[in-house]
Amino acid sequence: MSKRVRLKRPAVKAPTGIAGFDSITGGGVPAARTTLLVGGPGSGKTIFALQFLVHGARHEKEPGIFVAFEETPARLVANFERFSFNIGELVPKRLYFMDAQPAPDLLRSGDFDLSGMLAALGAQAAQMGARRIVFDALDIVLSMLPDEVTRRREVYRLHEWLLAHEFTGIITAKAGLTEADSRGPQPFDFMQFMVDCAVMLNHRVVLGISQRNLRVQKYRGSSFDENESPFVIGHDGFDVAMSRTQNRADNLVSNGRVTSGVKRLDTMLGGGYYRAASVLITGFPGTAKTTLSGAFAEAACRRGERTIVVSFDSDGSEVIRNLTSVGIRLARYVDSGVLKMVSARAITGSAETVLVRIKSLAKAHRARCVVIDPISTLSSAGNELTAHAVAERLIDWCKADGITLVCTSLLDETSTNHNGGTPLQVSTLADTWIHLNYLVQAGERNRGLSIIKSRGTSHSNQVRELILSDSGVTLADTYTAGGEVLMGTLRWEKESAIRAAAEVAEVETRLRRLMLEAQEAELQQRLKSLHTELIAKQVEKALLIRTRASRKGETSRVSLRLRELRGADVIVPRRK
Amino acid sequence: MSRPPLFKFKLYTAEDTENSALAYANLLAICKAHLEDRYTIEVIDVVRHPQRALADGIRMTPTLTKLSPAPSRTIVGTLSQTERVLVALGIEHEEPTTVKRRVVQRAV
Repeated sequence: MSKRVRLKRPAVKAPTGIAGFDSITGGGVPAARTTLLVGGPGSGKTIFALQFLVHGARHEKEPGIFVAFEETPARLVANFERFSFNIGELVPKRLYFMDAQPAPDLLRSGDFDLSGMLAALGAQAAQMGARRIVFDALDIVLSMLPDEVTRRREVYRLHEWLLAHEFTGIITAKAGLTEADSRGPQPFDFMQFMVDCAVMLNHRVVLGISQRNLRVQKYRGSSFDENESPFVIGHDGFDVAMSRTQNRADNLVSNGRVTSGVKRLDTMLGGGYYRAASVLITGFPGTAKTTLSGAFAEAACRRGERTIVVSFDSDGSEVIRNLTSVGIRLARYVDSGVLKMVSARAITGSAETVLVRIKSLAKAHRARCVVIDPISTLSSAGNELTAHAVAERLIDWCKADGITLVCTSLLDETSTNHNGGTPLQVSTLADTWIHLNYLVQAGERNRGLSIIKSRGTSHSNQVRELILSDSGVTLADTYTAGGEVLMGTLRWEKESAIRAAAEVAEVETRLRRLMLEAQEAELQQRLKSLHTELIAKQVEKALLIRTRASRKGETSRVSLRLRELRGADVIVPRRK
Repeated sequence: MSRPPLFKFKLYTAEDTENSALAYANLLAICKAHLEDRYTIEVIDVVRHPQRALADGIRMTPTLTKLSPAPSRTIVGTLSQTERVLVALGIEHEEPTTVKRRVVQRAV
């Protein structure tokens, strides 16, 4: 007994090992008290309870006893083989299954009680030093009791016994199928008042999709998250979704940038995406969302960062093949193990299940970058209510783990509400939101890319044309005309028009120059001929003067000679 | 005439609870009325001997086990419905009404 006293003090709560549940309740179920676990058939009561015992036995040094009213211990152990609990190594020293099934041929005559079982349990517990006890499907044995009064009496007896021995107990009991059914008094209502903690598990089917929820109904002396928390039962047992209000991931804010895989897009974003940011790429079908996310994945792999691509639309190999056509080659990274392609069509079930699967895959792959294409699948029929919360938790989880998340989201072209809002409203949560759409201009559809928001970065406000070619993804130069960005052939026309104009201008310049040269040459020529003419004139002038002088002399000589010849005039002797 | 068989009973009780005492009294009354001295009763107090309860798989008290003659039977409760108990234990007796014999299945 001294051992119990020693153990009692420090632990106020007994961890269940169910991560989400322990954080909702701030540490687990109340230690040395009783917790009631109520749920319909197949809601996971037994798994929860067993996980609680396994965790106690393995990690808390608290051996446990599982009292099975509904199934034989052998069958229970066999059923739990498929989980990762590895019950075999705990049984029977640290985990003991007590068969408490009423024998089928058991006859009942008059009143009875559970003292025998408690006595046997006490003996077993003392023998193995058990601290945790689970009564699974207590309702089975209670229903054998003749009336309500004796039922109550036995439940109180059990409860008192648990308290007296300071066992941390879980009692599971069946309840109405849904909460809506529970209008009338529930068969074991009084238990909920008696225990210190009550947890409801429910399993709903919404439009064919199974949705599991856990809700802490009461917890004496402790605060707890009162909302329903979705959970999934996987290989490791329970996985309860943690709510935002509790473990908010405010840590790990990074200033590092990672490339988007498209150089010009990086420039538009002022250097790429932030590391550990969540990027949303929205667009109608065929707007190259997958291609853009593929470019990101390729760039991440090139840096050697482990990446996981979850594709809901097509198989991994198809995605790889399709991306090869635009020069994104992922196959080699798959071969080297850096990249993991997951076809999520194989994952059936609720959005919650998908999230858990993605998380466990990413953890197993130690992924630093996650691509989900498209995330809008989460909100498919039956998941409308939960998908937003799931997406929220996905983003939180990525942030907390420093994972850069790129998810695409389909916009429903037919929906009236397509002015940018996504069905999931992830857009408000995402750090960077890139929108791809078709711009119809001059009888063409062209892909336009615009950055709607990018928190913490200055980013371009320009709508750019996204061009896919076999050499890769790129953004075209921007031409605007009349307030519109030109795309497709219009852009091409504009480009060639500009080219032609440039050519014309070039030719014109050359022609003009030639003409000027010609004029210059002509002028030079004229200058030369004028000069020549000038010389000619000068020569002519000189000649004229000389001619005139000689003629003058000639004339006087002639007249002298004439006079001499006539002899009539006095000849004046020539003066020389 | 063959010798009538010897009835061996084990009765698991829980200390001095009312239903345990009642069961013991009822069993004793039945034995005295129908078996004269052809019976043995072992009373086991599970609170004092929890190991016995554990070993014998006793979950509810009071539990009556008939070890012989075969087949062995187990009855849980105060054994207050005498007719039913007699039938279950295979004790020959004068039946008050032959018709009722099959009907007494779910009496409360």
